[in-house]
Amino acid sequence: MSYFVRKLGFYLVALWAALTLNFLIPRLMPGNPVDVLLAKLQQRGGIVDAATRRSYELLLGGGTDDPLWVQYGNYLVNLAKGDLGIAVSVFPTPVSEVIGQALPWTIALVGIATILSFILGVGLGAIVGWKPGTWLDSLVPATTLLAAVPYFWLALILVLIISSTLHLLPGMGGYDVVLSPGWNTEFILSAIEYGTLPALTIVLSSIGGWLLGMRNMMVSTLSEDYILTAQAKGLKNSRILGGYAARNAALPSIAGFAISLGFVVSGSIITEQVFSYPGIGSKLLQAVQNSDYALMQGIFLVITLAVLGANLLVDLLYGIIDPRTRARS
Amino acid sequence: MTNLTPTTEPSVADADEALAATAREEGRKPRAGWRAMLPSMTPSLVIGFGIVAAIVLFGLLGPLFVQDPTTVRNSGLQPPGGGHLLGTTQTGQDVLAQLAFATRGSLEIGLIVGVLATLLSAFFGVLGAYLGGFADEAFSLFSNVMLVIPGLPLVIVISGFVPQEQRGLWTIAVVLAITGWAASARVLRAQTLSLRNRDYVAASRVAGERSWRVIAVEILPNLLPVIASQFVFAVIFAILSEAGLAFLGLGASNSSTLGTMLFYAQNGFALQLKAWWWFVPPGLIIALLGCGLSLINFSIDEIINPKLRNVRAHAKRMRIARKAAAR
Repeated sequence: MSYFVRKLGFYLVALWAALTLNFLIPRLMPGNPVDVLLAKLQQRGGIVDAATRRSYELLLGGGTDDPLWVQYGNYLVNLAKGDLGIAVSVFPTPVSEVIGQALPWTIALVGIATILSFILGVGLGAIVGWKPGTWLDSLVPATTLLAAVPYFWLALILVLIISSTLHLLPGMGGYDVVLSPGWNTEFILSAIEYGTLPALTIVLSSIGGWLLGMRNMMVSTLSEDYILTAQAKGLKNSRILGGYAARNAALPSIAGFAISLGFVVSGSIITEQVFSYPGIGSKLLQAVQNSDYALMQGIFLVITLAVLGANLLVDLLYGIIDPRTRARS
Repeated sequence: MTNLTPTTEPSVADADEALAATAREEGRKPRAGWRAMLPSMTPSLVIGFGIVAAIVLFGLLGPLFVQDPTTVRNSGLQPPGGGHLLGTTQTGQDVLAQLAFATRGSLEIGLIVGVLATLLSAFFGVLGAYLGGFADEAFSLFSNVMLVIPGLPLVIVISGFVPQEQRGLWTIAVVLAITGWAASARVLRAQTLSLRNRDYVAASRVAGERSWRVIAVEILPNLLPVIASQFVFAVIFAILSEAGLAFLGLGASNSSTLGTMLFYAQNGFALQLKAWWWFVPPGLIIALLGCGLSLINFSIDEIINPKLRNVRAHAKRMRIARKAAAR
């Protein structure tokens, strides 16, 4: 049991670290958000005086004379209430509402694509690693190349070939704009059609990492004594592959999920930008371009929360499938 | 921007015995001393090294031979051929010239971040594991937390807060290094943990060596292959992340990298105008460079994890046996 308690404890610390980082970044960075916004206002011909400055400071939640720890306390209390501030770029919508609209798109896209690429990558890796040194090994350099391709560039190429030249799939947006979002068949089908190309991008560029890791682990596992025993017993190859080798070899891939998920999420943010997908990544960039600091911080928090949650889930699952983790503690 | 870090954590520990075993089977002496630290010449190493060398040469020497990348001409969006080997951009700038300078910029940032991130990971990974106790717990918790916090969103938020005029090359490099060292620190920690309990390390400690000397003389040389492979990963990570950041328009100001080239191509509607010669080459260079560096890393992996080398030796023996049987 203590394995689970320790994992929960770790993720609580990670959560606290993320919250604190989010609090400190704007206070440690050079440059003042208020100055940036006022400069923008001035460019558009607005009049900047002390009163405007004060109202901007209040709007951004800064400009108080409280000591840092009081600000920190207020920040945590506001977070607990789910209050992330007001999104200046779509004034006066609260940040939480903006995120709420965009989040389901990203979770569906990144979630489905990640699960698909994990299953495909680990499965293919098991097969490639099963017969090392054969022609299947030539898959390895190919996937290395795929893994080194930047997500957004692959997205550009896919759009150029599949969408602009062959006109097979739409390469822009999240759904057909003539439809209004809702839970009806027509809309869901359109969302799937528009989501295929972004999902394909994520799967293609993340599959290589899984495949390579799994292949190397398979090679190591195949030299274990229990594989030899299984072969000596005369078990069928398919049984040894699935029940003995792949099962053990997959463990590090699952344990390495945390690192990989971070990369996939990072890549998806940029991919969304290429496809103008209505997800959280495009919103983050809009926020950066419009100097909407509250929205930026809110989105960073939500992404971090989602990644931490997914990792916690995988870690708990790992504790169940690998009994050694529980025995050690 | 996929995870290229190996999920396996091989140990240097069983290297010697396994190497000796392979060599015995092949009927020759194991390679002595420092030679065992060098990767053997495999096809993947040769290809990887060739690709990387070609790109580095292009980045170093290319800018000396090409035209001025900033010259604006009235021959916009020319396809490749004629006076411009890779065509021109929307404003008539030579794509090949831009490519040469951008490659240099990307290599520069990759190198800086690689060194910084490797230093950070060596500090947190090796020192923590060597000292043990509270320091180890604290350092390892710190690197694990840094590992689960997604890097790019953090980098984007930080770049968003730094005003454009202060967003120089070094700022971006430091931010990328801070978000990119954690995975390597974990690998180095695992390796150091297995090394610090070796007899020769214990012996030098008993002999009264200072901590820094034990680390520098006894432990670090044995970690060299692992550090080298982590450095290569850090360079790949840096080049890919910087490209992503620059593509979003958040890169270092007044710098030109492959990412900024793609940013201008995207904003100049290269995709809609089907000006493939503008955005295909920069991405291709990034992909080839990443691929070449990974191939080099596979060869380093074979030093760290001799089981992988045995596979190749085995395949080679099988091929020779099959040829002999056919004759």
